Amino acid sequence: MAARASFIALRIAGRKADNSWLPSADPRAGPGTVRHRAITLRRCKTIPLYARLVRYGFRKHATYVWAAVAGAFTNSVFGILRAYILIALWQARPGLAGYDVTQAVTFCFITQALIGPMQLFGTGLAIPERIRSGDIALDLVRPASLLLWSLSEDLGRACYLFLVRGIPPMLLGAALFGVTHPAGPGQWLAFLVSFLAGMVASFGWRYLVSLSVCWLIDERGVGAFSLVLTILFSGMLLPLSLFPGLLGELARALPWAAMVQAPTDLYLGKAPVLETLAFQGCWAAALLAAGALGTRAIRHKVVIQGG
Amino acid sequence: MIELDRAGRSFKVRRSLKLKGNLVHAVCDLSFTVAPGEFVGYLGPNGAGKSTTIKMLCGILTPTSGRVRVAGLDPSRKRTTLARRIGVVFGQRTTLWWDLPLRDSFELIRLLYKVDRKVFKTRLDELIETLDLGAFTRTPVRQLSLGQRMRGDLAAALLHAPDVLVLDEPTIGLDVVSKSSIRAFLRRLNAEQGTTVLLTTHDLGDIERLCRRVMLIDHGRLAFDGTLDELMATAPEQSTIEDVVTRLYTGSR
Repeated sequence: MAARASFIALRIAGRKADNSWLPSADPRAGPGTVRHRAITLRRCKTIPLYARLVRYGFRKHATYVWAAVAGAFTNSVFGILRAYILIALWQARPGLAGYDVTQAVTFCFITQALIGPMQLFGTGLAIPERIRSGDIALDLVRPASLLLWSLSEDLGRACYLFLVRGIPPMLLGAALFGVTHPAGPGQWLAFLVSFLAGMVASFGWRYLVSLSVCWLIDERGVGAFSLVLTILFSGMLLPLSLFPGLLGELARALPWAAMVQAPTDLYLGKAPVLETLAFQGCWAAALLAAGALGTRAIRHKVVIQGG
Repeated sequence: MIELDRAGRSFKVRRSLKLKGNLVHAVCDLSFTVAPGEFVGYLGPNGAGKSTTIKMLCGILTPTSGRVRVAGLDPSRKRTTLARRIGVVFGQRTTLWWDLPLRDSFELIRLLYKVDRKVFKTRLDELIETLDLGAFTRTPVRQLSLGQRMRGDLAAALLHAPDVLVLDEPTIGLDVVSKSSIRAFLRRLNAEQGTTVLLTTHDLGDIERLCRRVMLIDHGRLAFDGTLDELMATAPEQSTIEDVVTRLYTGSR
C-alpha cells in the first residue's frame, strides 16, 4: 500500500500529461474517501465489459450459421485435396519434416481447421471499413481501449469459428484418413494454450494491418501482401521445417509461425512446449504493443473521413 | 458547460507524393460559450466545420490552436473522464450492435460506463417509456427502421445520464412523425432534466421548434450567434427561416 502511494506521489510530482486515471485527479476523491475507493474499484470493473464483448463477438458470428457451415464445408473439401497431395509427397519421401504419413495428414487437417479461427484470409475486423466510413470516430469516443475492445470481440469470433469451422474438418479427416491425437491431457492443454496465444498473435497482426488503412485509405494492397506472407510463413501450406536453410530459420522466427505452425507442433508433440509457448507469447505481446502504439498514432492522425 | 476560446483546427492535405501539403483550416478562431441548461442550434453549410467542432468537443480531435473546455475538462486530454459526462449522437452513424437485440447494446453501455445496475434499470425504463422503445428492445438492430434505430441511439447516448448532449443531425432521413417524436423527447429532456444540448442539423424545423439560441458557422468562423428572433431580424425582408439562413449562407461567401 505504501509503495502504491509513493508511486502515485511520484506520478503527481512528475506531472505527467494525463493523470485522469488516478483517483487523485478527481478533486472529490481524496485518499480514503468513498469516491477514492469507487474509482480504484473501477479499474477492476472493466473486466465484465471485455468478458461481455467476447460473448457478443461469439453471438455476432453465431447469427450467421450458414456462413460458418459453408466455410467449414470449404475447409473440409480443400483439406481432402491437400491430404491426397501430402500423402503422395510423403509416400515418395517418407519421414519428411520428421512426420510420418498419418502425422502429415493430421497436419493438413489441423491447418485447415485453423483457417477460420486464426482468420488466415483477410483481416476479419470491422476496423478498416469503420476507418473508411468515419465510424471509427464513434469507437474513439468510447471510454475504453480500442485495442482491447477489438481483441475481446475477435476472441469471441475465434471461439465460435473454432467450434463451427475447426472441429468438422478434424472429424472428417479422422473419418476418411485417420489422424493422430495428443497423447495425454498435458499435450491437449499445451495445444489449447498455444491455440489461444496464436489467436492473440493473429489478432495483433490483423489489427496492425487494419490500422494501416488510416494512412493508406485502402486496405486491399496491404491485405494482399499480408495474405501472401500469412499463407507462406504461417505453416499453413507446408510445415515450416521443410523450408531450407536461412529461409527456414527466418520462417520459424516470424510471427506467422506463432499462428499455425506452433499450435500444430504442440498438437503433434513435435516441439518443446515451454519454448514454443514463450515464442508465441513474445510475438503476441510484441504485436499487441505495436497495436497500442498504432492506436495512439491514429488518435493523433484521425483524418476522419466523410464529415 | 461548453467553452471555446479562439479554437482552431487545421489539416494538412497532401497531394500525391508532395511532402509539403496545403494547410486547410476547418475551424479557425472559434469562440463561444454555452451555459448549463441551454438548448443551442448549431448551423452551417456543408463543409463549414460543424463536425470538426463536434469532434473537438468530444476529444477525438485536438485543436491545433486555442482552447476547448467541456464540463470544465479539456476534451482531448481528459477524453475518458469527459466521456462519462457527455453524450454524443451522430445521426448518420450508429453505436448499436447491428446483429444483436437493442437491449444487448444497452447492457454493453452499462458495463462501458460502469453504471450501477439499479440506477441503470430505472434510467432505461424511463428512456424506454419516453422514447417508446418497448415494442422492439428484443429485435436485432439490423431489423429496426431508421426512426426506431435513431431513438435507440438516443437512448444509448443518454443511459449514463450525461450533463451535455451533442447531436449531429439526429433527424436526418426521418419521416415527420419520427421527427416530431424525437423533437418532443429532446424538448422534455432539456426542460425537465436540464441537460445542455448542442444540436447540429440541416433541418431548420428542428431549429425553429427547439432552439432558443442559434449559432451559425461558415468557413470555420462564427457568422452569427443570437436568439431565433435575432436571426430572423437579420433579414427582415425574408419571411421564412429557410430564406433567412440561405441569405446568411450565401451572403457570407
